[in-house]
Amino acid sequence: MNRRVMAGVAIAAVGLTGAWILFIALPRWYAPKPVATAAPAATADPSTPARKITATLFYVSDDGLSLTGVQREVPFGARVAEQARAIVEAQIQPAAPLIPAVPGETKLRNVFVTDRGDAFVDLSADVREKHPGGALDELFTVYAIVNALTVNLPAVTRVQILIDGKEADTLAGHVDLRHPLAKSLEWVAHDSH
Amino acid sequence: MTAVVWVAAAVAQTPAPGTPYTVVTKTARQPLPVRIVSGQEMVSLDDLARLFNVTVREDALAGGITVRAGTQSIVMTAQQPLASVGGRMISLPAAPVRDGRTWLVPVDFISRALALISPGHVELRKPSRLILSGDVRMPRIAGRVEPLGAVTRITLDVAPPSAHQISQESSRLIVRFEADALDASLPSAAANDVLQGVHPGETPSTIALDLGPRFASFRATEEPGDRGATRLVIDLIAQSAQPPGATPPAPPAQPPPPEPPPLLDLPPVGGFRTIVLDPGHGGDEAGVRGAQGTLEKNVTLGVARRLKGALEARLGVRVILTREGDQTVGLDERAAVANNNKADLFLSLHANASPRPSVAGAQIFYLGLAEYGEQAQKIARGGAESLPVLGGGSRDIDVIVWELAQARHIDRSASLARLTEAALREHVAMSGRALQQAPFRVLVGANMPAVLVEMGFLTNPQQERQLASDDYQNALTQSLLEAIIRFRDSALPARAGAAPVPMTPQGAANR
Repeated sequence: MNRRVMAGVAIAAVGLTGAWILFIALPRWYAPKPVATAAPAATADPSTPARKITATLFYVSDDGLSLTGVQREVPFGARVAEQARAIVEAQIQPAAPLIPAVPGETKLRNVFVTDRGDAFVDLSADVREKHPGGALDELFTVYAIVNALTVNLPAVTRVQILIDGKEADTLAGHVDLRHPLAKSLEWVAHDSH
Repeated sequence: MTAVVWVAAAVAQTPAPGTPYTVVTKTARQPLPVRIVSGQEMVSLDDLARLFNVTVREDALAGGITVRAGTQSIVMTAQQPLASVGGRMISLPAAPVRDGRTWLVPVDFISRALALISPGHVELRKPSRLILSGDVRMPRIAGRVEPLGAVTRITLDVAPPSAHQISQESSRLIVRFEADALDASLPSAAANDVLQGVHPGETPSTIALDLGPRFASFRATEEPGDRGATRLVIDLIAQSAQPPGATPPAPPAQPPPPEPPPLLDLPPVGGFRTIVLDPGHGGDEAGVRGAQGTLEKNVTLGVARRLKGALEARLGVRVILTREGDQTVGLDERAAVANNNKADLFLSLHANASPRPSVAGAQIFYLGLAEYGEQAQKIARGGAESLPVLGGGSRDIDVIVWELAQARHIDRSASLARLTEAALREHVAMSGRALQQAPFRVLVGANMPAVLVEMGFLTNPQQERQLASDDYQNALTQSLLEAIIRFRDSALPARAGAAPVPMTPQGAANR
């Protein structure tokens, strides 16, 4: 009787250890290593506990015909993915009186950065559902996010927007989101910064 | 000087006169003059207007010619061997040609297009150079004579079958048909001592057989012939106990060849004939919503319908909309409609939005290739793939990457976009960034010149009112029609009648 109990406990322990190795240790071991961060293209103050960097974020210009770059402080991230996340969070945050290019309700679900320099920005479906539509506005939304990452992070060369974790055709019926998009300053006013 | 000679040569296409046709009505026969242009028999639209009671109107801007009978019309365009009859495309053996104040069209226009809109029956009979107009009974008769020993056989194929009587009047057999006239092709010389000849009778509906001295009797039978015709066989029986006379061979007259089928859907000749218009959004996806409730999907469909009507009526091209009503249509499906119909041009219509209500004006986009990487740019440069072939070696093959089909057409799309921008600028307010490139999903798969037009901003209160109004939609329609005409003309050689631009170096230097 006593032996049986001990045997049962031993089997359970082995099982749990196996499960831990299988589901936790191994995935960690094999998880892609984040790319070594090239220093964020901005000033960082290492002395303060809440470190910040200055990044260029994009808003709709006064004439409404382009994006305009605005220098703003965003939290420092030690790894590229963390920094990318902080930049996108700041980009999609309303910042009155600046006119946002991304619907204010949009939430950032996740950011992944691959070794090849492709960033995947996973946004909540609000970015599509709350989008006012219109090709120009859609271009501004997409390129505000693409440029926020590619302009500020040299390790990111292209950005693909995902919606609710899935690849999306478009946000509002115009801009092709099936492939990662490279930085485009075509939509940024020349007199920015 | 060279330019002047060149212009003169282009205009000097003097049509040579040809054998006229005869227009046969119940009461009259009138000649229809024919002119030969580049080996084609052409007739003038003025003559057709006079003889067939139709009206001809020329649209100088569109280069279109409209022929109207009652509520029905035919639309043709100079330089295109095509006619649109109630939206259906009909091929013609040659394009209309200007001749002074009128236009010449191929004689087949009568059977292929005019007959379809004419309230009365119109029938072109090329072999007999007749055109039947109205309710005129004129059976076609093809005859031949065969000497068969003691019997000489006359065979008459009659189409359509017509009642007839045969009677002997002294030395002639008279075949009398119930018809207004006969369109007969009879054997010329068939002289033997039973039958001396076959020729039209004294009245328009009879055929006379001249009998020879050895004629004894005749028997006639009727049997169904080919293609709904009746075959009337008349055997002339010779008197017996006489050696058969010389029987010169009679040239057998073949029945006239059947008319070619008049209608051809989508003839395979090159040219500018199908346009696909894409009213943006639709169904569940309303697009931009203006503050006063105007929906982008309704504005785009409204303008697309107007433009379809204008293009069909004035250019005589086939126009297909990617959605006919308020349906949800996928972006791939929209380009597929254009690809599957081999459209010559794809025009996607949209209305814009901006978070700044002051923003207004139309914008024209064509595809930006930079966003699609190296491959797209290689395709745009016309790069062929070198693929290995069976037996060794390799061959350059022009691969269409359907996902990037637009890359091959990017130069012409740019030209279409520029022309569209210029035409819109003449009629409506333009954005400060009117001509742009962008990676638009609906354009990338289109395998033809393609642009996307943002007609105005529904987020601007004044533009919202405009976009919902008939006047503004008509102005947009007119602009887009002009843009399409200019794009078409830019792809064609100089139009007949249009002032040709001197193309010589001297001409260019003089300007």
